[in-house]
Amino acid sequence: MARTIKVDCLTRVEGAGALTIRFDGDSVRDVKLRIFEPPRFFEGLLRGRAREEAPDITARICGICPVAYQMSTCHAIEDGAGVRVEGRLRTLRRLLYCGEWISSHCLHMFMLHAPDFLGYPDAISMAQEHAELVRRGLRMKQVGNAILSTVGGREIHPVNVKIGGFYRAPAPAELKALLPELVWARDAALETVSDFARLDFPEFERDYEFVALRHPQEYPFCEGRIVSSKGLDIDVHDYENVFREEQVPHSTALHSVIRERGAYVCGPLARINLNFDRLRPVAREAAELAGFTVPCRNPFKSILARAVEVLQAIDEAIAIIESWAPPAQAAVEVPHSAATGYGCTEAPRGILYHRFAVDGDGLIQDATIVPPTSQNQKSIEIDLYDISERLARMPHEAAVLLAEQTVRNYDPCISCSTHFLKLEIER
Amino acid sequence: MGKHQRPKLAVWKFASCDGCQLSLLDCEDELLVLAGEVEIAWFPEASRALGPPPYDLSLVEGSITTPEDVERIHEVRKHSKTLVTIGACATAGGIQALRNFRDVQEFISIVYARPDYIDTLATSTAIADHVPVDMELRGCPINKHQLLEVLSAFLNGRRPNIATHSVCVECKLRGAVCVMVAHGQPCLGPVTQAGCGAICPACDRGCYGCFGPQDTANTDSLGRAWLQAGKQPDELGRVFHTFNAAAEPFAGAGTKYGQDDQS
Repeated sequence: MARTIKVDCLTRVEGAGALTIRFDGDSVRDVKLRIFEPPRFFEGLLRGRAREEAPDITARICGICPVAYQMSTCHAIEDGAGVRVEGRLRTLRRLLYCGEWISSHCLHMFMLHAPDFLGYPDAISMAQEHAELVRRGLRMKQVGNAILSTVGGREIHPVNVKIGGFYRAPAPAELKALLPELVWARDAALETVSDFARLDFPEFERDYEFVALRHPQEYPFCEGRIVSSKGLDIDVHDYENVFREEQVPHSTALHSVIRERGAYVCGPLARINLNFDRLRPVAREAAELAGFTVPCRNPFKSILARAVEVLQAIDEAIAIIESWAPPAQAAVEVPHSAATGYGCTEAPRGILYHRFAVDGDGLIQDATIVPPTSQNQKSIEIDLYDISERLARMPHEAAVLLAEQTVRNYDPCISCSTHFLKLEIER
Repeated sequence: MGKHQRPKLAVWKFASCDGCQLSLLDCEDELLVLAGEVEIAWFPEASRALGPPPYDLSLVEGSITTPEDVERIHEVRKHSKTLVTIGACATAGGIQALRNFRDVQEFISIVYARPDYIDTLATSTAIADHVPVDMELRGCPINKHQLLEVLSAFLNGRRPNIATHSVCVECKLRGAVCVMVAHGQPCLGPVTQAGCGAICPACDRGCYGCFGPQDTANTDSLGRAWLQAGKQPDELGRVFHTFNAAAEPFAGAGTKYGQDDQS
């Protein structure tokens, strides 16, 4: 009997996509994660723009993780100019990134992913029986947004990020005002790690190649080498020598692969697996107490990895604010020179690579942007392929739900990717 | 209480970054209250429970860039009693409307190895270019307080109170120093509609026009002031041609000053 699991409109993901799994009897014939997000051509429209405009423009690739785009853009352009932003400005960038991780992760954990585990169509209906959990999630998300608006000037598409630093450094009193809610949120995050550890995780493991940044001392945000669980260890400059974007006939999007080895995974699970020893003590202890051990190869447990990272980000934000003294100047000078620069930072969903070529007048000649979701797309499809044997034996509605949950494990941000093709093959 | 016949809300996405519909989920304090007042019937980004039409209020994010979306927006209109566009993409075509001033084939070939697979229109256009729109909410992204005002007005059957004055007025209201007068920094505030709260001048930088042109924008006068402050015409052209590039008079001003966009 030919059977098809079809989800015409993937919900609780950012962007527009659909999913089709076709079976012959119990064996899967075809898995398609179709994307119909219209292309917006950011790499094209960046050409000829001034480098100073770039962080404002790339932010618009994604309303969920604009800071990630701004950070990768700034680092790429600064790299080309031979400038490193250090000291308090670097710290302030980490604080801004903490805000985005908290906000983006809480959105996904509480509003998009948890309803799958607890059996609701959305967070609002979940609130009827889990009011405390939903209210806690919304309040934690608000704590992240408060950091974004205080440091960045606005929650979505912050206006204060500049090549070389910031337009204005916030005063200590402005940041200190964030502390009471952050201190509450740290306890709430501890509770969340312990709550989510008790969720019922489907049994599923795969031998992934995890890819993340690794920094000598810190849990990674903006700097570090690109490393993997299968021995990769490269400088960001070598990204395009190792990773390749390929076009496959059964998908509407370009897929990223590691040359010669194929699919890989980036994002919270990859980061925590590769950087567990770099977590702040409170986050590491909470993870251990909750029974989260690395390497974790169950993608359904990514919700737990996000919860630990939220705790990590809140604890780091508190530490930064408690010792905050404003920098002498809000930004450092970034001299003009014709150059190509590279940047890779850890967006909430994983590594976000940028390459910018800028001319001597500061106009962008060429831009390459590889968002995390396009890097994870191949792995999402393999997960679906691997789990489909189980889906074939399940009642239809339960199978559809599990297939959707398998996609949502990755918190895919379909709007993010600049590389979407319109290509359909129906058999 | 009040649960009978709650109005049905739908949220739609076209070409966009998702930031404007995220603004609805960013209403952390009000979201659960709102969910008691309206039935969130169609909001795929937030719920897998998708209810059938008709809808009393549709919020539309994003611009029209593909042949399918030209058809789809007519379907959305047909099913919606009231249709409100949210954000610069839906009200002006967004940053992706920069293609309107260029050859879209050039953009496609920069990004894609196989340009022949791309099915896209030569332009990115506002929702109002395709169907009647009852109200437009500006911003890249929208301001969540303005969104709540629109929802509250809708629920109470009154006109929303959305200011149409310029960002300059907001600067005065928040007591921000004028970056143009005091520091000689170019600012689009005098020609840009209010709504953001003058956040850029508050960060010591000029406004870059997220909320699009104000009703009576005098772009010529502002352009002269920028040139006197030492800015180059091509720079001025780019600034007008950013997040509301296709909205007049920004569209014309950007083409007038810009050098690259004349083709």
